[in-house]
Amino acid sequence: MPTKPELALDPVLEVEDLKIHFALRGSGFARLLGRDTGTVRAVDGVNLDLERGEVLGLVGESGSGKTTLGRAMLGLVAATSGSIHHRPGDGSPDTDIAALRGKALRQRRTRLQMVFQDPHAALNPSMDIETAVGHPLVIHKRASGDELRARVVSALERVGLVPAEQFLSKYPSDLSGGQKQRAVIARAIILDPEVLIADEPVSMLDMSVRAKILQLMLDLKDDLGLTYVYITHDLATAKFFCDRVAIMYLGKVVEIGPTAEIFAHPRHPYTQALLKAIPDVDPNKAMPRDLPRGEIPDAARPPRGCSFHPRCPLARADCGWEPRDLKALVEEHWTRVPVADYEREHALVGGLADLDHSENRAVVKPHGGTVADLDALFDRIRTENAAEPLWQGVTSITATEDGLVFEFAPAAEVPLRPSGPTEVACVLYPPDPS
Amino acid sequence: MSETVIDATDLRIWYGTPRGPVRAVDGVSFSVGRGEILGLVGESGCGKSTLGRGLLGLLPEGAKMDGELKFAGDDLLAMSPKERFAHRGRDLAMIFQEPLTRLNPLMRISEHFTETLRVHHPKMSPADVETRSLDVLRLIGIPPSRWRAYPHEFSGGMRQRLMIALALVLRPAFVVADEPTTALDVLVEAQIIKLLHDLRENFETSLLLITHNLGIIAEACDRVAVMYAGKIVEIGDARTVFADPQHPYTRELLRSTITLTTDGLHSIPGAPPDLVSPPSGCHFHPRCPDAMTICPLREPAMLARDGGPVHVGSNDVACWAANPAGLSDADLAPLVREELSVADEA
Repeated sequence: MPTKPELALDPVLEVEDLKIHFALRGSGFARLLGRDTGTVRAVDGVNLDLERGEVLGLVGESGSGKTTLGRAMLGLVAATSGSIHHRPGDGSPDTDIAALRGKALRQRRTRLQMVFQDPHAALNPSMDIETAVGHPLVIHKRASGDELRARVVSALERVGLVPAEQFLSKYPSDLSGGQKQRAVIARAIILDPEVLIADEPVSMLDMSVRAKILQLMLDLKDDLGLTYVYITHDLATAKFFCDRVAIMYLGKVVEIGPTAEIFAHPRHPYTQALLKAIPDVDPNKAMPRDLPRGEIPDAARPPRGCSFHPRCPLARADCGWEPRDLKALVEEHWTRVPVADYEREHALVGGLADLDHSENRAVVKPHGGTVADLDALFDRIRTENAAEPLWQGVTSITATEDGLVFEFAPAAEVPLRPSGPTEVACVLYPPDPS
Repeated sequence: MSETVIDATDLRIWYGTPRGPVRAVDGVSFSVGRGEILGLVGESGCGKSTLGRGLLGLLPEGAKMDGELKFAGDDLLAMSPKERFAHRGRDLAMIFQEPLTRLNPLMRISEHFTETLRVHHPKMSPADVETRSLDVLRLIGIPPSRWRAYPHEFSGGMRQRLMIALALVLRPAFVVADEPTTALDVLVEAQIIKLLHDLRENFETSLLLITHNLGIIAEACDRVAVMYAGKIVEIGDARTVFADPQHPYTRELLRSTITLTTDGLHSIPGAPPDLVSPPSGCHFHPRCPDAMTICPLREPAMLARDGGPVHVGSNDVACWAANPAGLSDADLAPLVREELSVADEA
């Protein structure tokens, strides 16, 4: 599955089937009874390689798991299962970061460093810049005294905080946002790492400063031979900054490939929607009218099949339609009818609790009427928008004594599959028969 | 343009600090017509949020405001606090940035709406409150089945919709939206922008949309005001300003915005000034690539693009380079200045 066949592959990090689940605490009573209170699948089966010298973008909305994945690469979050193999460039032995603990992990982290999102929070307000930037050297006992100061000065000079002597005794509150972010980057490079994980490094900065910090990071990459993981929700900077991009949605990579290909020919409907939704400064470009509805779902209760199907404008019958989607559709219908109609219909179907699950069959009981009334109601909703993709996923609607029975089509598996130079997880891109 | 809803002339807002007064808004004039969306764009610290709050009289203790601020012909600044309070909510409303911190977690959505409506219409019956609220919620895209839900039961985008509905339920003539989409994801942001853009069809509301995102202005606004260091430096039709910016700051800001079509990184040298002691003359001159000898000496006046006086609906700019009439050759000579060090830039 090489995405850049012209390059000799030399992965510095290999993520294999990584899963990071967080247990929900639930109520004290439920825990007392040992009841399963649910898990949030923050990262849910991710495979990817980080090639030496590249900039890999992890792009997604909040809740997509991109930050958790990035932190896991540093061992800052414990993996539930899977592995993250680190192959250092200096000849030291390969290790699975996901299995490391304690001192070994801290030692390994000198090779992998992080640049945080909020420079105002990432620097200790009571530590001057010299102490803050030199702190990693002190922690790892790499330098002290004059050598420590010399290395701090050289790191500050590298990130453009010159004359460095002027900045040594300053405190974070004396610095502008861009200067703070430069100091954070200086601290990250002072141990001579090979990989920098940058989590939204410019999103807290003003427009006029962002370009400067990105340029600095590009220069550092060339000078120091770094490899970057660039975590962002901003596709525009990702397009500019990254060699490869992985689009994440609800804990999974849905599309990954060379940046130019993903932006020129986005394959996954989610990628296509994201690209269309970016506000553009060109006023002649009209706003898209066909935006995906709704928001990223709850990772504790992910949708059946493809996680994007409830919002997908191109969804088919086998995308994993479920009763919850029908519930959302009825609620959406209620935003279009007069209040009096809503009250009548609401009384008929009750609270829609019958539809609040993700099995492949649902029974809606009539509350204030007959099954025939229910049938007529759903018929009305259906004719309102017959093109709604959900109806393809409903295989049958039967009126029984219990109520109206909905059967849903089975969900297709959607693993990442090669499609041209990229890989994409979508039923619209079936496996290549050859 | 149709009738004017908000007409601000020479507004100033300042507040005291131990280092001296901060002139957050420093002589700003603009007007907003009925059903119009005016975008207010600028970097952090330029005074755009202070201006938005000042329009509603929501400034913190210690802040002072003067100038003239007319709402439908009446000067809000000349009114007693009580009279101003009566306007707030009913005629002038605000949509805040972080919806979760603005909704009371212990109150149902129905209670939020009841409280809002009852304060301004004490005699409204509960049935009327519900009908009126549900009507607004419906138009904003929130199903009536969620009427009795609590704020935590809604997603981020839905909460922002709730904030918009709460601001609109009193049918105000003018709404200030301060960075309404900053905390939201790209797709939800686009949904909310579309919603704000469509507001006038359903509500006939005028909107001041404050943002640092130029893309949002281009998508949603009729007119745009570009603010720098407490002053509006350019104002006009959004398409015209974006297609042909007259002020160097507008031009450089557009160039430094990273978009999908960006193929080179560009940034503005230097940093925005400290508003306690802003630069002399044109506030932008220390960072301006086109600065001339006159720029630090005299402040340029706001003039229409053709050099004539400002009038309703004109595209205006305050820059010597855009309107050089009456300047001598010596005034027009490039400004000689010391090199900026990299340290100042960051």
